Order: sequence, then structure tokens, then C-alpha cells
Amino acid sequence: MNKYIFYPGCSMESSARAYDISLRAIKDTLDMDLVEVEDWNCCGATEYLGISLTPAYALIGRNLAIAASQSNGTKTLMASCSACYLNLAKADHYMAERPKLEQNVNKALAAGNLHYKPGSLDIRHLLDVIINDVGLDYVESKVTRPLKGLRVAPYLGCMVPRPDYYNRWSDHEHPNELDRLLKVLGAEVIDFPLKTHCCGGHMTQIGPSTAFELIRRLIQSADQYKADLMVTVCPMCQMNLDAYQNEANAYFKTKYKMPIIFFTQLMGLAFGIEPKQLGFGLELVSAKQALGKIGLETPEVEVQQPKRKKSTGLPMPSMPGDEEVNS
Amino acid sequence: MTTLPITILDTNPNLRFLEEVSARTAGVSRLEMCIQCGTCGGSCPSAADMDHTPRMLFAMIRAGMRDEALRSNTPWVCVSCYHCTVRCPQEVHITDVMYTLKSMAIQAKLYKDSTAPDFSQTFVDMVENYGRSFEFGLATRHYLKHFPLRLPGMASMGYGMLTKKRMGMTPKRIVGIDQLKTILKRAQELENVP
Repeated sequence: MNKYIFYPGCSMESSARAYDISLRAIKDTLDMDLVEVEDWNCCGATEYLGISLTPAYALIGRNLAIAASQSNGTKTLMASCSACYLNLAKADHYMAERPKLEQNVNKALAAGNLHYKPGSLDIRHLLDVIINDVGLDYVESKVTRPLKGLRVAPYLGCMVPRPDYYNRWSDHEHPNELDRLLKVLGAEVIDFPLKTHCCGGHMTQIGPSTAFELIRRLIQSADQYKADLMVTVCPMCQMNLDAYQNEANAYFKTKYKMPIIFFTQLMGLAFGIEPKQLGFGLELVSAKQALGKIGLETPEVEVQQPKRKKSTGLPMPSMPGDEEVNS
Repeated sequence: MTTLPITILDTNPNLRFLEEVSARTAGVSRLEMCIQCGTCGGSCPSAADMDHTPRMLFAMIRAGMRDEALRSNTPWVCVSCYHCTVRCPQEVHITDVMYTLKSMAIQAKLYKDSTAPDFSQTFVDMVENYGRSFEFGLATRHYLKHFPLRLPGMASMGYGMLTKKRMGMTPKRIVGIDQLKTILKRAQELENVP
């Protein structure tokens, strides 16, 4: 088994539970041994960096220092969340580039009896580990239920392929890694032009109109390509596109119902694992119809979905097919 | 190739603004290498909502327009997508410069709209108290203060997030919270030393 020090990040325990559940369901098949960073703390997301530099890096530094002390037999620190991955990589990279930052972070860490030497860990995203360590041939050999007939939009978002301090991705704007993985699973993969465009990030919280526009662009494009669902590698992207899809629909008077699913959930399906054990049903925009295309049922959701509000208060004439034409 | 911040000998603090922004940015910002090509603004998904494009903002910084630059909403509308950063022909670390400008605007209390700084500060408060983010506490505090009118439209989403246990109602505290607080306190002291 290949051992990895694993940094899950806060979302994996809450909004991205489906990502966590599905990753843990497939890790044995992928021969991955995940050793969680002991008593890890939040990475600060995109918020702490905009408040105060040294504390923001010291916050990340604590995770790096603890992870490095656990690096028995491996120096790979793997994160599943894009923002966590980037923050960990960013701190390691800039501490090496700017001695002043390294000194300050280590002076702060010393107050908690910790130390981190930049470069002592290999910081990688889960997708990178699956593509480059596990390998697509190995993944393919484990596929028992090819996702034939499922049309998917591969969506990477920003913080995995960019800024890419270690040059790990085939391209910063149109990388093909996720496409290749999904093809190996047997899915029909569309050449999604917006695959690394932004989901709106924290703008759903602070500038909703900016965020809704970015959400609309992505969902509309995937819909125009007739994708059954969008596949994501990031908790933030999943949250914005799934949980705020209805609010964006209300804002633009659209009716999109695009399911947003983690790539690990689809890997699990292709490995023959049941949807229930992969966190299906936790998405707010149901994946029921999409799973139906490959003959699978989504597990009963624990609660009745509240009815979607009609975009207009008056009965309006409609043309046949209006339901599908969304803009 | 990397460059170090250029030292300007003029004592006029406004003329040293570029140097200050560069020095306070993590890593080597390369901000002084900007050639005003505008690739950043052209690549930016949220540029339409910005007071100034990144290019214009960098020209203002270079011109020593400290107050105007720190009052700009541009860094607050930045979505941290790094499109500009990977496209910049001069390899300016644009996204990191935006983080620097936010922290400087907060320190100088020069932001125009408190929505974004409040959100960042509330998020950081949660992390400093628990060691983990606490979405439910963050969302309720933030929306009640800044978006009360959005709440009815968000009720079904919030309900779904809670009932599907995608949002916890109680915060999770790390074991080493005292250690973390000590580290962050020391880090803030070091940050305050120019």
C-alpha cells in the first residue's frame, strides 16, 4: 500500500461530506493508505491571507510542521480540497522563496514548539496522486461497472491547475487529466471549455451578483453541451454550483438542474460500489436522473426536497420543450 | 528569474507605496515589473464589477496614489482564480498582491464597503477560536448583518444543508487550540514589526 499523509480540511467533514465518504470508500481499491494529519487546523481558505500575512502563513505552517513530523516512510502530503492544497503548497513555496517569511513563520511556530523546513514535504492534490501515482492503467483494471452512456462535464476549477508552483499539470487552463480519468471510467466526456473557470469562490457570500453570473456561465455551458452532470474536484466549487444553483436560477429566471458530483463518487460507481456508500443523495440538485441513465438508483434522500419556487407568480403560456430550454 | 523589491531612495512615503506593497507580499511579488499590458483585466472573470482593472490599480500604486488604491473595491472583488497570474507575461504574482492590498486596506480602514472585510474577519475569528472553520456560525452572523433580505430565498438551501448534515450547528474545536492561539499571537506580534 502506498502511504500518504492526508490533510482533509474543514469542508470534508461538513459541506463536502460526499467527497469524504466516497474517497474513503475507494481508497482500498486504489491501494492508498491515508494517515490523517494529527489535530490539523483550518488552512485559512482565501480569507486569512487578506487579513494578516504572518498569522495566515503560521496557521498553514502548523499543519505543515505536524505533517512533516508524521512523514515516516513518505513525504507526500495530500489534500483533497483545492483551496487547502493551494494554501499548503503556497506556504511551502513562499517560505522557500522568501527567507524573511520562513524566519517569521518559524519564530511563530517555535512559540508552539513546532518547526517546518520548506521543501520537506511533497504537497499534492488527490487527483494528481491518482493520475500520477496510482496510474490510469491501474484505475482501468479496477473498473467493473463502466459508466457507459453517462455524459459528463469535467470541471476542475481554479486552485488545482493554477498557479501550479511545481508544474504538475498538463496545462493551466485546459488540462486533460480529469478528462482522461473519466474516460477510463467509461463515461462520455465532453470537451468542456470552461473546465478551469471560476465558480465564484467566496463571492457567493460577499457579492452574490458577481458569483451568480459565474455560476450561470458554468452551468449554462455544461447544459448546452448536454452534460448529465458536472464532475468536480473541489468542495468550494461543489458548494457554489450545487447549493447556490437555485438562488442563481431565481436571479436569472432560469431552471437549470445540473447535478454537481465529486470525481471520487463516479470512481466508486465504476468500481461497482453502491451509490449509497458513495455519498449520493447528499447533493441538493438531485443526481437521480443522471444515475438512472446508467441503470442505478440514487438512495432515498433523508428529507423531502422543498418545492422549487416558480419564477413567476402568474400562469404564463409555455411552449413544448420549455422545461429543457433554460435561458 | 526572480527579482527583489527595488529600493527607492526618495523619502516621500507615497512614492514608497509600490515598495511597501511589494515588501508585504508573500514571496517575490514582481509588482515593479508590470508593463501595463492589461492581460490581467482581460483575463479577469469579475473585472466588470471592479472599480479599477488590476492594470489600472498597479499604475495607481506606482504613482503613489495610496488612498485611492486602498479604497478601490478591486482586491475585494478578486475571486482568487489565478487566471491573471498564470497569463501575466511579467509573472507578477497578481493574486497575492490583491491579498496584500486587502490587508493594508483593513489596517488603514480605507475600504468602502464592509461586507467583504467583515466576512474575512468573521471567518478568521472562528478559526482563531476553534482552529476550524464553522460555517453555520459564519453564515448566520454574516447573512443577518449584511444580507438579511437574502435569507428567505436561501431558506430551502439552508434547510437542505442542515438536514443532510452538510453543515454542523456546533463548532468543532481542535485539541491544540491553545498551542494554535500562542502561535498566532506570536505571528501577529512579528507582523506588527515593520
